[in-house]
Amino acid sequence: MTPITPKIIAKHGITPEEFERIRQILGREPNFTELGVFSVMWSEHCSYKNSKLELKQFPATGPRVLVKMGEENAGVIDIGDGWAIAFKMESHNHPSAVEPFQGAATGVGGIIRDIFTMGARPVFSMNSLRFGDIRGDSAEARTNRRLFAGVVAGISHYGNCIGIPTIGGEVYFDDSYSGNPLVNVFCLGILRHEQIARGAAKGIGNPVFYVGAETGRDGLAGAAFASRELTEESKEDRPAVQVGDPFREKLLLEACLELLASGCVAGIQDMGAAGLTCSTCETASRGGTGVEIDLNLVPKRETGMTPYEILLSESQERMLVIVNKGEEDKVRAIFEKWDLPFAEVGVVNDDGMMRVREGDSVAVEIPARKLADEAPLYSREAAAKSLPAPLDLAKFPEADCTASLHALLVHPSIASKRWVWRQYDHMVRLGATVLPGSDAAVFIVREANKILAASTDCNAIYCRQDPREGAKIAVAEAARNIACTGAIPLALTDNLNFGNPHKPENFLQLREAVEGMAEACRKFDTPVTGGNVSLYNESPAGAIDPTPTVGMVGIVEDAKHITTQFFKAAGDEIILVGEPGDELGASHYLLAVHGVKAGPPPKLDYDKELAVQDAVRSLIRSGLVKSAHDCAEGGLAVTLAESCISGDTMLGAAVEIPAASSRADIPLFNESQSRIVISVGSCDAASVLAGLEKRGVPASLIGTVTPTSMLEITTAGKSLSWPLAELHKTWAGTIPSLMGE
Amino acid sequence: MKFAVLRFPGSNCDQDCVHALNAIPGTSADYVWHKDTSLAGFDAVVVPGGFSYGDYLRCGAIARFSPVMKSVKEFAGSGGTVIGICNGFQILCESGLLPGALVRNRGLHFVCKHVFLRVESSESRFTNAASAGQVLKIPIAHGEGCYFADDETLARLRADGQVLVRYCDGQGNVTDDANPNGSRENIAGIRNAAGNVFGLMPHPERACDPLLGSTDGLAIFQSILNS
Repeated sequence: MTPITPKIIAKHGITPEEFERIRQILGREPNFTELGVFSVMWSEHCSYKNSKLELKQFPATGPRVLVKMGEENAGVIDIGDGWAIAFKMESHNHPSAVEPFQGAATGVGGIIRDIFTMGARPVFSMNSLRFGDIRGDSAEARTNRRLFAGVVAGISHYGNCIGIPTIGGEVYFDDSYSGNPLVNVFCLGILRHEQIARGAAKGIGNPVFYVGAETGRDGLAGAAFASRELTEESKEDRPAVQVGDPFREKLLLEACLELLASGCVAGIQDMGAAGLTCSTCETASRGGTGVEIDLNLVPKRETGMTPYEILLSESQERMLVIVNKGEEDKVRAIFEKWDLPFAEVGVVNDDGMMRVREGDSVAVEIPARKLADEAPLYSREAAAKSLPAPLDLAKFPEADCTASLHALLVHPSIASKRWVWRQYDHMVRLGATVLPGSDAAVFIVREANKILAASTDCNAIYCRQDPREGAKIAVAEAARNIACTGAIPLALTDNLNFGNPHKPENFLQLREAVEGMAEACRKFDTPVTGGNVSLYNESPAGAIDPTPTVGMVGIVEDAKHITTQFFKAAGDEIILVGEPGDELGASHYLLAVHGVKAGPPPKLDYDKELAVQDAVRSLIRSGLVKSAHDCAEGGLAVTLAESCISGDTMLGAAVEIPAASSRADIPLFNESQSRIVISVGSCDAASVLAGLEKRGVPASLIGTVTPTSMLEITTAGKSLSWPLAELHKTWAGTIPSLMGE
Repeated sequence: MKFAVLRFPGSNCDQDCVHALNAIPGTSADYVWHKDTSLAGFDAVVVPGGFSYGDYLRCGAIARFSPVMKSVKEFAGSGGTVIGICNGFQILCESGLLPGALVRNRGLHFVCKHVFLRVESSESRFTNAASAGQVLKIPIAHGEGCYFADDETLARLRADGQVLVRYCDGQGNVTDDANPNGSRENIAGIRNAAGNVFGLMPHPERACDPLLGSTDGLAIFQSILNS
């Protein structure tokens, strides 16, 4: 066996202090295989060693929380009538950077397994994607387009084949992600309360089954790969990327749900990051037991694999199942029905050890709990906090506002993403009642007869300028998007994407963002059900903008409440709920028109935000609101344009926005928070405004939906107008034309 | 009327078909496993969408060899009603129950969206609840839905009135712009010469609920009930 030298230890990403701790745990030197096992389990990806202390701030409990953050593979939330949802978001950033198609595909596969491992039937997915700039002819832009096309194709391939609709999400393009794209995938499943499955190895003497794809050499030590920076040499890590087979996973999904319904299962765990290693030690640790397996019994697709390779393989579509003793035949019959490879590979015992044998010889013997739960935790050094100076508007004179709206709509982050979501089957499972492209997706869960709304959000420019405020706004915006559909937020999952935590400026961003997000979650009464931390998102050019992405789920209580963002009929009145606003800092206007990320992000006032959301939701529930669309990137002008052009039939609008100065760009493009544009029937406008005033929510009648083919806005003494056909061409045509169609 | 909804490994619209059919008064639907060989007690067979056997090799190419497809051929041979949707259409073509083949979409991408279909003939088991020329709004979701047949086959399909639905615009005009996948002559669905087997790429089961934006799919299922 390979001797353990300081060089080998360093290559495994284990520090001398960590190695000493391993020696203490074992009471001896680890062998090479054991070193590999520790290196993956103690990687950031598996142990959260650099972030766990921060994550403790998230509110994890609430009256609806049935399984809380960190307890199992995914959190579980009560949605009433005995039904519950399990949902989670996870990143596959590094694999997607080196192999976009398979990287993204296996990301989807991994998150789906996390959900059905809980006993839930996965019913929809979403994703939050970020790439470098795809405009222009540079080698970098071409690479970014290749990554974008590959990731979308990978998600489409896996999600469509397995038959789980991809119903929404977000895609942003920014230089900071060049060479280090973000691929955050979200999945939600439905289950009865009594169906919650546990990933614990319970019952001494119970047999341990392996089911699913045979183990190969793919994805070796992927968790460790994900826990370091991407470099020029990362391409050589392509073997660390797994290859996905959605057909196998579909069979595994159906077999596991059938198996869980049979009552034969004592515990179940998917083999994701760190594969067989993670699933054995985690189930043992959760069960307070030990697990012993024999590698000779593991189904393999290659010969001559060493214990090190078998244990660290991240081959996809595999599960570990602990079966109630005596029920083995029933279990075998189900696996045979679904034509899945399986084997009884071990047994649960009472000594607390993860013991891996290869026939008669012992390859690994480690106390399971110390391996799974007692990784060293670090609070890294954070840089001193510094906030951006107030924006000096004199430096950014007002640009041609007619052209600026086009400049915003042509920006790939704001342009229509139809090119993306048309490649996803979003209609399978008969649930997509609000199609992708609205503020939040709305989905009917047929099994439970419940309607859910879901949104993923993060404005990374805000987070770059002020991580705390940016993270708060990510939560607020998700809740606002949910409110715009008529839903009540329930809970959220997060995906924290940051740079190398050993750099103090990056660690500061992580800490600030987590604190901001935790505070906002408490204010919006949305506990965090779990999620994922992805650090080391750096390319040779530096760290990404901090991107703490939020995936929030809400519930619509009545189908009548479902509301979309586009205008419905000429003659309807347009009301701005919230104040006109004046904050241009960190806006997409400054980015798209002036070419800078500058100034502080808008300030979030929780009371104001909650009042606006509650008011709009309440108006929706009383049946008065025909459309609702939140103000986000590009401000009020982009919101109005989208409400005009994003429906099946385009409708014009004639609007007047109050202005505090002679500058028109401020009222048009500022990104002040807590604003929603609604349209209401003309006969309802007065009572809606009176109702809002009574609630103390600022609101103003700003215009009318018109039968014309123009968006007309008067503000700051200027009368501006845009033909809808041109706006639509800009907005809808940008991404297809960039992608060569 | 009792529908058998086939379940291959990799079928993923089977549950949707059962849900949509069970919601129609006068119908019931149940699953039939691909390893089963009996269709006794069923009045009609639905071959649902999905990725049967992973669609490895070629869409529908492996499913045609499954035990249940042998029974479906016998069922169709004795005049039983069979409808194949999306992957089901591909399977029926691969099995020789319908002429032609479905190949990769013209644009090379998977496409999921609502499309318009013009009913070419109402004189069939599958379209009698609609009128000729009527426009139906029904979604598609496929990567390989481009219908291909040679000139001779197309001429025969035309002459016998076997083309039941064509892709069109909202006004019923059969144009190239309205063709989402490059199908020859905008063909979206065809029946066999005997008139008891129908395959189409669009998903009628996804257009049976006003909350999903259209109920035009009901016309197809209602037609089967009528006949």
